[in-house]
Amino acid sequence: MTRVTPVRPERDEAYNFAYLDEQTKRMIRRGLLKAVAIPGYQVPFGGREMPLPYGWGTGGMQMTAAILADDDVLKVIDQGADDTTNAVSIRRFFARTAGIATTERTPEATVIQTRHRIPETPLHADQIMVYQVPIPEPLRFIEPSETETRTMHALNDYGVMHVKLYEDIATFGHIATSYAYPVMVDERYVMDPSPIPKFDNPKLDISPALMLFGAGREKRLYAVPPYTKVVSLDFEDHPFEIQKWEQCCAICGSRDSYLDELILDDAGTQSFVCSDTDYCAQLSSQQEAGQ
Amino acid sequence: MYVAVKGGEQAIDNAHRLLAKKRRGDTSIAELAVEQIRQQLPLAVARVMTEGSLYDEQLAALAIKQAAGDLVEAIFLLRAYRTTLPRFTASLPIDTSVMQLNRRLSATFKDVPGGQLLGPTFDYTHRLLDFALLAEGEYPGPQVEEGASLEPCPRVLGLLAKEGLIKNETGNDLAVPDITRDPLEFPSNRAQRLQALARGDEGFLLALGYSTQRGYGRNHPFAGEIRIGEVEVWIEPQELGFPIAIGSIEVTECEMVNQFVGSGKELPQFTRGYGLAFGHAERKAMGMALVDRSLRAEEFNEEIESPAQQEEFVLSHCDNVEAAGFVSHLKLPHYVDFQSELELVRKMRKPVAQEKNQ
Repeated sequence: MTRVTPVRPERDEAYNFAYLDEQTKRMIRRGLLKAVAIPGYQVPFGGREMPLPYGWGTGGMQMTAAILADDDVLKVIDQGADDTTNAVSIRRFFARTAGIATTERTPEATVIQTRHRIPETPLHADQIMVYQVPIPEPLRFIEPSETETRTMHALNDYGVMHVKLYEDIATFGHIATSYAYPVMVDERYVMDPSPIPKFDNPKLDISPALMLFGAGREKRLYAVPPYTKVVSLDFEDHPFEIQKWEQCCAICGSRDSYLDELILDDAGTQSFVCSDTDYCAQLSSQQEAGQ
Repeated sequence: MYVAVKGGEQAIDNAHRLLAKKRRGDTSIAELAVEQIRQQLPLAVARVMTEGSLYDEQLAALAIKQAAGDLVEAIFLLRAYRTTLPRFTASLPIDTSVMQLNRRLSATFKDVPGGQLLGPTFDYTHRLLDFALLAEGEYPGPQVEEGASLEPCPRVLGLLAKEGLIKNETGNDLAVPDITRDPLEFPSNRAQRLQALARGDEGFLLALGYSTQRGYGRNHPFAGEIRIGEVEVWIEPQELGFPIAIGSIEVTECEMVNQFVGSGKELPQFTRGYGLAFGHAERKAMGMALVDRSLRAEEFNEEIESPAQQEEFVLSHCDNVEAAGFVSHLKLPHYVDFQSELELVRKMRKPVAQEKNQ
């Protein structure tokens, strides 16, 4: 594979590099250092108002803005795809305000900002994943009060979470959580891995890449440092399982990637394709080259 | 097939152009000038400045124009601009007792030193559509009495405080926190709460304030005093060592007199709720004052049982930029998560379906 040097767009000089002022970036970096030092712990930070709406990736964007350097190559995905509108919008934002190179190819990227997916292509040690997080608190839907949940984390008191999972098993026969599936990080903090499908959870465990999570509206950030143990919560007699499909991708034929379901006509005919567009394209081009 | 569910750069560009066209409307009608909005929609400008936390009439008017009249969107625009501004100093506290009053009323006393001043208000207008406004023309101003002047208007609640009938609010010398720089953490203090409420959505605070009047956290409010007018803003730069006035702003201030509290040790006293907003924004200031008071439940040992008394509930949900953003993000694609749920629901239905077939 020949490595192409991506084209760099021109930077809009009206803004500081990557939009945020240096003071703010320093504040976020200090928060990130703390987050890396305490894996899975939610660090409050002075989240700023971004020119994108809350809920649309303002937390992830602030993390990205704080860590971007001049020579970084940025990839932005939403639902695994580079061409979803919000991914396009965020990629454009950084191309304009930081003038950095962007890519759709997972192996070429140094920073990958994502919403709801982890790429299928294995990550390497020179990469940083930035996750957009809507609700950082894994206990929020069990206990709405922040004062209470912070105390529960401090006391390592996760009984309610296990009770919730147990109730699922009692009611449905299995754990009925399919995305934002809670994980235990470094045997200490229960963490929300952001709304990625549980299919992606195993990719967090002992990953060589640094994982940063930013929640803008809730003003929290957290991290999973490289090679950290990340375990999806389960029970011995009900082990954690990931989704499987009977179908394969209609484009590349992959049987091991996460599939999106498409409805093709009024009769409800289904088709399944890879959610990770870059992975799908790579596999397709390899097959063409092989023919 | 694949492209149908994905957007693209072209779609975004076209959407922005369509929006610009919708905003402009019929081009045979003269374009609305920012100065016209500033002059002729002052109450909209006031709301945008208040909830946008930035006193700049021109920029607020610009935001209203850019947002095509969507005030929550305009507030967002102003906020996003505000974040980029450097902070060079904090002003001294404004002194509203020496305000140049345009309007002042107290519902607790028939007459107060300085008198009541109705000023420009919708109160007592009959809400009948004024078809004369459909036509263009000049509108006569009020009759002005030459030589009329305002007497000093001391704060109404200050008069109660002199008698010890209302709980004194004592300041502290602690640095004022800034919730736009440091994240709000619970339990919060009153300074943080008032900041959050000042930025909070008018409709949300109005509804919560209303809920306290209907019995959800009842605390018997009276409009002790509402005053609207211009106040000077003073700063004291360190290198000067003395304060200087940098201009004046219009504000609306509301002090509610509420249910008295007393205990074996303390004599019964009234308590107060406080509201302050930029410009002429009476409904906002009143809603804020009601909610400020209900959030002081813990301070006055009242039972906390209603939404308006719960600080986490109120403060986490009063910001309309946050709320609008998170609600609108539901428009973003969620098909990865939905696929997970589909898979799960199908899996859960399988055993039941198999049982039926047997």
